[in-house]
Amino acid sequence: MSAMPFEDFETAYETLATAIDTAGPAREALFLTRLALVLGHELGDIAVFRKAIKTALEGLDQGGAGCSS
Amino acid sequence: MRPAGKGPLESLYFDYPRFAARRVPELDGATARHPVLIVGAGPIGMTAALVLARYGIRSVLIDRKETFNDGSRAICIARPSMHILERVGAVAPFVEKALGWRYGRSYYRGEQIFRLEMPQPPGEKYLPMYNLQQQYIEKFLHDAVAASDLIDMRWQSELSGLERQIDGVSARISSPEGDYFLDALYLLAADGARSPIRSMLGLRLKGDNYEGRYVIADIRMDHDFPTERRAFFEPSGNPGGTVLIHKQPDDIWRVDYQLREGESEAEALKEENIRARVSAILADIGHTEPWELEWWSVYSANTLCLDDYRHERVFFIGDAAHIVPIFGVRGLNNGLADAENIGWKLALVLHGEADDRLLDSYSPERRGATLDVFANATKSTRFMTPPTRGWRLAREAALSLSLKHEFPRGLANPRQMQPYTYSDSVLTPYAISDAAFAGGPVCGSVAPNARLIDGSHLLDYAGHGLTAILFCEAQPTAEQTTSLEHLGRIDKRFAAIVVGTQDSVSGAKAIADHDGEIARLFAAAPGTLYLLRPDLHIAGRWKTAVPSEILKTAEVCLGGETP
Repeated sequence: MSAMPFEDFETAYETLATAIDTAGPAREALFLTRLALVLGHELGDIAVFRKAIKTALEGLDQGGAGCSS
Repeated sequence: MRPAGKGPLESLYFDYPRFAARRVPELDGATARHPVLIVGAGPIGMTAALVLARYGIRSVLIDRKETFNDGSRAICIARPSMHILERVGAVAPFVEKALGWRYGRSYYRGEQIFRLEMPQPPGEKYLPMYNLQQQYIEKFLHDAVAASDLIDMRWQSELSGLERQIDGVSARISSPEGDYFLDALYLLAADGARSPIRSMLGLRLKGDNYEGRYVIADIRMDHDFPTERRAFFEPSGNPGGTVLIHKQPDDIWRVDYQLREGESEAEALKEENIRARVSAILADIGHTEPWELEWWSVYSANTLCLDDYRHERVFFIGDAAHIVPIFGVRGLNNGLADAENIGWKLALVLHGEADDRLLDSYSPERRGATLDVFANATKSTRFMTPPTRGWRLAREAALSLSLKHEFPRGLANPRQMQPYTYSDSVLTPYAISDAAFAGGPVCGSVAPNARLIDGSHLLDYAGHGLTAILFCEAQPTAEQTTSLEHLGRIDKRFAAIVVGTQDSVSGAKAIADHDGEIARLFAAAPGTLYLLRPDLHIAGRWKTAVPSEILKTAEVCLGGETP
């Protein structure tokens, strides 16, 4: 797996947070799905993409609920 | 706010003294001009007075109150601040009373996701952080102020008018004993977040306000947990809001909890609601025994500062100059650094040992530090109180992934206060010489400490003026000795430390470095020289000493023109 330097990862986090706001609540699911497809394409490795999907799905019920507002 | 039935200063743990107003010479016609007037006897104003006193400079320190500040205020003192307190001779009671710490834990939905561990290099004298209620901080500083013949402390004395002149200020001061005028060459405005001096000068703080609101409550309970910072994201005891818990001396605990979006502040601040919420939070951490409520208030984060901390002969220090978010404990600690920075500069100028050009460096250095704090504090504040849906979603995603994965956990790091590096300052003219080093502390940063064989520390031997640390093999060379002598002629307070010799060195503290540990810490070789400012920031370092640059740096630190 990649070893992104923490500073870069943090910048990614901030860029993503800002982009979700730019997309707006009505289109955020579409935006995030498009983002995942773009990243999968750039990644160019279906096995790694599947693993990422699995990681993101795991424990999903433990997060997200606090974010209804 | 205090619980119903309690008097305004009726604390569970602290006895507020009452200081009387004194009849001062100005009321009987004295018109002598004072070197420095300091307005505001909080921690920052008192520290500024103590720094000046360290250099033999007299000051008048006024405060409109009759006792210390009350309520839930600063509780974290960082290592560099302990060094400042040491240099003003006040650190002993802090070491005695405060609770030192270096660890923290962050939890998400009850599970630990991040372990904070602040570095503790073996040579350091102090821990990275100490918890102590501001009431004690003020009391201990006031004990030192009261013991100084050079500080004229006047309680119940309010600045009611201010006239700026070309060569000083004329202040109108109102006290129960009467009103009078007091002239001073310089004014330090340490009058807090709502600084009346700022208003008198028509100045405004500029910056950002953040949405999230926190209730800050101090409670007393018998609770067995080490002194650590605990942060709880999405705890069951405060759904939808973050909680922070800090231990303080006297069994007092600080409980900060975030209000939910749209929650009524007036409702949340009612005593019965405070008690219910705190009880739920305590139940969450396993405390079901009784507890007592000391104080509560509400807080929202701001990053605000003045465009310039200097207005001719008026210098703003502490909260009067800048308001920073609480996350990362930078308010008190940066204020103390302000007090020391202006203190040594002003003292040397008033003694005629430095050109008053030196004072021009105060605002760029300390405002630079504030902007650096803002950058870090903005990141922690966005994590502690996500401002928008995008930030909330991103945080929720990162926190939930943190339960099983290491990679996002660093986002929960509170980024505790780090001392600022003055690498861009005019007082650091040869920062480029860093390039010759493979490591070690960079130009402008605070010097690291080293423990010596006899149990003392390297920085114990730094002086009130400039200090050179010279590394050598056996004895300094003739050229190096000449350089040190030159520095002694430029700065009468100059102190020299020679590391790496068994023999005594005339006019310098000689320190053996048997296993080369100090040389490694400073990435030094024989012939390396570090020049420290009075505040122990590195003014310059040379892998192989360059006498002309070293002397120039010393001159600049005493107000000389930059090369």
